[in-house]
Amino acid sequence: MMTFSYYPGCTLKNKAKDLDEYARLSARALGVELEELNEWQCCGGVYPLSKDEIATKLSSVRALMKARDNSGTLVTLCSACHNVIKQVNRDMLTDDYIATRVNNYLGADGQYHGETKVIHFLEMLRDTVGFDEIKKRVVKPLNGKKIGAYYGCLLLRPAKTMQFDNAENPRIIEDLIEALGGEAVIYAERNECCGAYVTLEDKDFAAKRAVSIKNNAESMGAELIVTACPLCQYNLKVNAAGGVEVKYFTELLAEALGVKEGFDE
Amino acid sequence: MSKQKANALREEILRISNVDPLKCMRCGKCSATCPAYDEMNYHPHEFVYMVERGAVEELLDDTSIYRCLSCFACIDRCPRQVEPAKLIEAVRNTCLRKQGANHFKADMLPGKLDPELPQQAVVSAFRKYAK
Repeated sequence: MMTFSYYPGCTLKNKAKDLDEYARLSARALGVELEELNEWQCCGGVYPLSKDEIATKLSSVRALMKARDNSGTLVTLCSACHNVIKQVNRDMLTDDYIATRVNNYLGADGQYHGETKVIHFLEMLRDTVGFDEIKKRVVKPLNGKKIGAYYGCLLLRPAKTMQFDNAENPRIIEDLIEALGGEAVIYAERNECCGAYVTLEDKDFAAKRAVSIKNNAESMGAELIVTACPLCQYNLKVNAAGGVEVKYFTELLAEALGVKEGFDE
Repeated sequence: MSKQKANALREEILRISNVDPLKCMRCGKCSATCPAYDEMNYHPHEFVYMVERGAVEELLDDTSIYRCLSCFACIDRCPRQVEPAKLIEAVRNTCLRKQGANHFKADMLPGKLDPELPQQAVVSAFRKYAK
C-alpha cells in the first residue's frame, strides 16, 4: 500500500465531511493510504496576492514542511486548499523576497524552500493509480449517466503554477467520469467562477454566477454536476436551488468502487 | 486628496502589487473575461490605467474592490502578464490596512450563516474583506 501525506483543510472536517470520507474510502480501495498531517492549520481559503503578505502564508508553509519531512509529497483535496498551498509552494521555491521573510518568521522551526511536491487527489488518481486501473476496479459502473464536471477556478488557475491540466480545456474529471462508466458532458462555463465567497458580501451576485453555470450544464444535457470544492458545491446547490443534483466527485468514485456504504454519517 | 498623497498611495499600491501598469496594451481582455464585470463601477482594465495615472482615491472609495472573486481569470488570460487582480488586491489591502477599516466584521456573521454554508466561505471572506 502506498502512503501520502494528506491535508484535508477546515471544511472537510465539518460541512464537507463527505468529500473527505469518500476520498479516503476510495483511496484505500485503490491501495493508497492518506496519512493526515499532524496539527495542520487552516490555509485561509484564498491565496494572498499582495507581495508583502507574509504571515498569511505561514500555515501553508508549515503544512509543506511537515509533508517534506514525511513522504515528500502532499495530497490535497479541497480546491481552495490546493490552490493556496500550491501557490505558496511556488513562492517558496522561486521568490526570494517572500521565502526570506517567511523563513525569518519560522526561525527555530526550520527552513523551507519549496521542496515538497503538491498534488491534488485527482492527479494522484490519474498519475499514481491510473484511470485504466480504476476502470478495472469499478464494480457499480455509472451506466452512461450524463455528468458535467465543474472545475471552477482554483484547480486550474494560475495555469503556470497549478500545472493541473489545460486550463481552458481540461479533461481530468471527464476522463475519471468515463473510467467510472459515465458519459462526460462538456459545457462552456465549467471553468468559470461560481461566485465564491461573494455569497457573504452580495448573495444575489453570487447566485447570478451559479445559476448561469447550472443552466449552461443543463442545456448541454447534464443530469448531474460534480465538483471538488465545498464552496462551488454550496453556490451551485444553495444559491442556484433546483435543477440537476450537485455532488462531490469522490462520492461518485466511492459509489462506483462499491465502498460508499463505508461512510458513517 | 492632495496630489502628493495620491502619489504616495500610488507608489504603495505598485509596491505591494508588484504590477507594472506600463506593460498594459489596453486590449481589455481582463475586463472581458471578468465574472464580476457587471457588478463593478471600475473594471479590471480601468484599475490598471487609473493606478498608472494616480487616480487612486476613486478606487479606494468604490465597492468594486469588494467584487473581485479571486478567480485568477484576468491573471491567466492577460496577454502581457500585467495581472490586474494583483492591483485590485493591492488597492483593497491599502484600504483595509487602515485602522478600523474592516469591510467585514465578526458581528455581521451570525445574520449570514445558514446550515449549509461551508467554513471555507467564512475564512475566505475574512481574508478578502478584513485584516
